[in-house]
Amino acid sequence: MTEQQIATEKVKRGLAQMLKGGVIMDVVTPEQAKIAEDAGAVAVMALERVPADIRAQGGVARMSDPELILKIMDAVTIPVMAKCRIGHFVEAQILEAIGVDYIDESEVLTPADEKYHINKHEFKVPFVCGCRNLGEALRRIGEGAAMIRTKGEAGTGDVVEAVRHARSVLGEIRRLQNMPEEELMTYAKEIGAPYALVKEVRGLGRLPVVNFAAGGIATPADAALMMQLGVDGVFVGSGIFKSGNPARRAAAIVKAVTHYRDPEILAEISRNLGEPMVGINVSTMPETERIAGRGW
Amino acid sequence: MKIGVLALQGDFAEHITVLRKLGVAAVEVRLPEHLDGLDGLIIPGGESTTIGKLAQDFGLYEPLRRFARQHAVWGTCAGAIFLSKDARRPQPLLGVMDITVERNAFGRQVDSFEVDLFIPALKAVDPENRPYHAVFIRAPLIESVSGDAVALATLDDGRIVAAQQGHLLATSFHPELTDDDRFHRYFVHIAANT
Repeated sequence: MTEQQIATEKVKRGLAQMLKGGVIMDVVTPEQAKIAEDAGAVAVMALERVPADIRAQGGVARMSDPELILKIMDAVTIPVMAKCRIGHFVEAQILEAIGVDYIDESEVLTPADEKYHINKHEFKVPFVCGCRNLGEALRRIGEGAAMIRTKGEAGTGDVVEAVRHARSVLGEIRRLQNMPEEELMTYAKEIGAPYALVKEVRGLGRLPVVNFAAGGIATPADAALMMQLGVDGVFVGSGIFKSGNPARRAAAIVKAVTHYRDPEILAEISRNLGEPMVGINVSTMPETERIAGRGW
Repeated sequence: MKIGVLALQGDFAEHITVLRKLGVAAVEVRLPEHLDGLDGLIIPGGESTTIGKLAQDFGLYEPLRRFARQHAVWGTCAGAIFLSKDARRPQPLLGVMDITVERNAFGRQVDSFEVDLFIPALKAVDPENRPYHAVFIRAPLIESVSGDAVALATLDDGRIVAAQQGHLLATSFHPELTDDDRFHRYFVHIAANT
């Protein structure tokens, strides 16, 4: 028998494959983590503040206190993710040291480096990163991301940016599949993506890693919309615990991601969920307040 | 031969891809009526708490238990937990296999691993019986087997990572994540003889 190999690309990407068809929920306390798990979340994102509060309160948003993350890890059996700032590899080292299951190198926090992202290949723990288009997704995968999500516009409850980013990534993949071989190098240059990954995506007809939607999803219908567009699962940030009845809404969104093609079930589970999060209309938001532009 | 894959949550698409490559008709199962006409069912990897909750919410428990009495069923990772009698904590389980599992037995994600296993039972589909490369992700361990259940594969230290009880199969690892289709062929062989 051979030796065990750990932290391989296969096991890093593999955990994300186990999360497919599921909902990953932002939580700020162990009690919320328990509510999320009981509602059927496949994983939780442990945070000090949800994006809507980061937006409202302003200031520098950093990695959460490890003590809080550890308490959340103790509270649930499902995987626990945590966020570090873009380019802040020491925050990532700390998150790896406490044993989180996935790190989100996230534009929701204040970037620590305005030019470079983390070299994610160096870590045993897998990373998820946000993107707005195929080039950005493939740059992050090139750096070692084992899972991709749309950026959307976090903390708004407005799904429009998540739709834009998902359509952009998935549409570019469809165009790439119809592109003749001789155009690939120039295309790779134009979108700023590694050539080998461009070729791989063309062959697969999808990203080589799991691709979730995130940023602005607030209702079961939003979640099912993203699934019908072709993502593998959804992150829900502020949308659950900033709503009137978090447990009920969380369970409904979980069901919506499973039965995303069944309008009768979607109608049934969308009833009587209480107040959704208030939300901010992204189209009337000043450019300076948007966070999707963070990351390079 | 028509095999269903429980598609409530998890990597069901990966199982369907392997089955279709083998020329087996494969369909997604989300509601009780989707079990009609199937010769076998795979319960994929995913989160066992999520799969259990969705199975409860959509009335799948009794239909799945009835199905498992007469048809081949295979659970990988979360699926193995779901088939077990006891997962050492309160969570919804089908309880059709006489195995006790320990969830996340190897630690957290940074402890996930790949390893080669020797699996004598695969002789049924591979006379050469080459080593089987297995992928473990936040994997459960089959702590013990009882009744008619037998161990199919163990790690070097003897801990059980695959078990069979007649037409029921449980693996801690993920054959659907590799190019090696022998476990799927083994399951199809069981389904054909059930």
